[in-house]
Amino acid sequence: MELFDLPLIWAFIIGFGIIMYVLMDGFDLGVGILFPFAPNEESRDTMMNSVAPVWDGNETWLVLGGAGLLAAFPMVYSIFLPALYIGVFLLLAGLIFRGVAFEFRFKARTSRYLWNWAFAGGSTVAAFAQGAVVGAYIQGFETADGVYVGGALDWLTPFTVLTGLGILAGYALLGSTWLIMKTEGRLQEWAYRITLPLLAGVLVVFGIISVWTPFVDDMVRERWFSNLSVIWILPVLTLLCAFQIFRSVRNRFEGMPFVATMGLFIFTYLGLIVSRWPYVVPPEYTLWDAASAYESQLFLLLGLLFVIPIVLVYTAWTYWVFRGKVRAGEGYH
Amino acid sequence: MELDPLILSRIQFAFVVSFHAIFPVFTIGLASFIAVLEGLAFKTRNPIWEKLSAFWTKVFAVVFGMGVVSGIVMSFQFGTNWSNFAQASANYLGPILSYEVITAFFLEAAFLGVLLFGRDKVPAGVHLFAAIMVATGTFISSFWILSANSWMQTPAGTELRDGVFYVTSWSEAIFNPSFPYRFLHMGLASFLTGSFVVAGVSAWYLLKGREVEANRKALSMCLWLLLFIAPAQAVVGDFHGLNTLEHQPMKVAAMEGNWETSRHVPLLLFAIPDQENQTNRFEIAIPSLASFILTHEWDGEVPGLNEVAVEEQPPVAIVFWSFRIMVGLGMLMILFAVTGLVLRSGGRYWRTGWYLQGLRFMSIAPFIAVLTGWFVTEVGRAPWLVYGMMTQAESVTPSLTGGMALFTLIGYIVVYALVFSAGVYYLMRVLYVGLEDKHDEDEHEAERPARPFSATHVPFEYGNDKPNNPANQGGH
Repeated sequence: MELFDLPLIWAFIIGFGIIMYVLMDGFDLGVGILFPFAPNEESRDTMMNSVAPVWDGNETWLVLGGAGLLAAFPMVYSIFLPALYIGVFLLLAGLIFRGVAFEFRFKARTSRYLWNWAFAGGSTVAAFAQGAVVGAYIQGFETADGVYVGGALDWLTPFTVLTGLGILAGYALLGSTWLIMKTEGRLQEWAYRITLPLLAGVLVVFGIISVWTPFVDDMVRERWFSNLSVIWILPVLTLLCAFQIFRSVRNRFEGMPFVATMGLFIFTYLGLIVSRWPYVVPPEYTLWDAASAYESQLFLLLGLLFVIPIVLVYTAWTYWVFRGKVRAGEGYH
Repeated sequence: MELDPLILSRIQFAFVVSFHAIFPVFTIGLASFIAVLEGLAFKTRNPIWEKLSAFWTKVFAVVFGMGVVSGIVMSFQFGTNWSNFAQASANYLGPILSYEVITAFFLEAAFLGVLLFGRDKVPAGVHLFAAIMVATGTFISSFWILSANSWMQTPAGTELRDGVFYVTSWSEAIFNPSFPYRFLHMGLASFLTGSFVVAGVSAWYLLKGREVEANRKALSMCLWLLLFIAPAQAVVGDFHGLNTLEHQPMKVAAMEGNWETSRHVPLLLFAIPDQENQTNRFEIAIPSLASFILTHEWDGEVPGLNEVAVEEQPPVAIVFWSFRIMVGLGMLMILFAVTGLVLRSGGRYWRTGWYLQGLRFMSIAPFIAVLTGWFVTEVGRAPWLVYGMMTQAESVTPSLTGGMALFTLIGYIVVYALVFSAGVYYLMRVLYVGLEDKHDEDEHEAERPARPFSATHVPFEYGNDKPNNPANQGGH
């Protein structure tokens, strides 16, 4: 009766959804993280304009990811969310403040600085919380009978603080390379200037995480230091991307730094997946353990196969419409 | 004092959902109103329709923006506070909620931009089509949400094995026994909300003598619609009640304040339910009327709360009083609709001061009716989360402590209070500036799409809107 390995298909879909979200909301969160450090208020206008047309489309991937996770891997959903209870709250609160800041900042005059803080603070908190989630996933969860039994702040360890900072730096890098691509003049100059220090920061934090991770978990150590040597290609590719960012910033390329940063994220992400595969709730449950009923996975898959291509085309079209440089005091035409 | 994570989670979910619910219930109705205005504009080419549509689209943008922001929280609440329920019901609820995202959200996202910013950029027919698609999207969204909620009230098409629900029939689960009534009741409630808000705001403008011709037209449309849907809602509500009697008799017993199964059950106009002593105090009642309404026979037997143990009874007073407030407001709505018809002779409806004042205050009524109605249906289900199959106590997250639940409850209240104050304040600004807002052409922000609020050009602070101030403009 079970013709396909549906849980496997769903693992790819959710995995794809997560990296789509990270890359897309990553750069607009990054713009928010960099917001307070921008050279002047005019630059902040331009920065916000550069992501305004696309940010809520980007966040739809998060809602879809939440609902899709519940549908396909309810065990992951119902263990991660209670375990990360406080973190989830901070993430949502951050996203709310940031979301309304987009709406109100351009309407506000005397109260504009408040919305600046809402945007920057919300983005920073949300990004840090996402990084902590990644760290908590690597750490694993204390469960019994498929239910989380740990405490409220078990996720908050030096390791997750570090992964939180890692994502913060990574998103900021995505943000700065996005700004190199989308802006010009003084703002672009500033973005060029901060990109290499940010890259250095990212490499240091990612480096510490890479060295630390095998010590957090035996399984991860085994995976990397056993016979599966082909996976070492991933860190090599990550470093190549980092070098490419360095080189293209030096050569004043405009698009390449952003593309290479996305590559940096993708290969790091694949490395993370390889470390834990096929465990979705480490250290106990694999993706097959966590899957929902076959019929439920099939029912939703039929709809998704039809809709996802439309969504991708629509998304690509939106980015196409808003292509090109953003200038101060000017919207899109 | 011991903090109970169950009670705190219930308060938290009630708070978040109540807060969120008032936005969609308005936008669903308003989206259809805008689609009708667009249709009229397209057909008659009368600029008044376009002006009205343009104004209400701005209001729509602000309210929709608030709704989206407050809604993000909800898809995560199942997991944070009700993880046992999430895991048990995921086989059904997961796909249903996902279908809402992929069928409704993306439809709305795709066409909202065209509706808000495309008026002068796409052909009129396309703009009308976008308005219809946004309205359709809001209904598709409520279709899935009400299907999910109805399934929790009257579960069908699923079987419970080892604590997990498995779907045996998708059609039976989606179109479960109470779904049609709930969907219709909610749909009409949305239209009532949209109509009363538009009527109330138009009445206010008419009282101030602003844009009289356009606001008169808008008010007239609302009053015609209310004349039909306000009584229709009473009929649908009655059918919904009969359906509830069949599937959730204890909810109806709580609504009626009926403690003992009996015949000739009176209809209580007033009472103070006393759950401790399982009786009512200070009853004012009409004999046998509840029996007649519920069974259509004067001596019909109506089940009372004594059929189940005290622990399995819902909190009676909340259900009892919420129900009375909802029905009372419903009656008031019918009264206003009929009065509007009476005042139509000689066109007095838009000149009669006390009536317009009354309509102003009535614009808040549908929101209270929706919230109290929602309390009836949700609190009346207690102690069940999935009626007859899974209790609230079984559903709550096992690792959740009272302290955590309290922390996030306070957190959400603070976050929402800040966001809500800003949103309502801004909405008032948009209403204050009104239809005369002629700012569109000269603001560069008109060109920046994709954020709902970009559809308006009203500044956030008072005092910055002199050019738009009707006093300075001499009308429009």
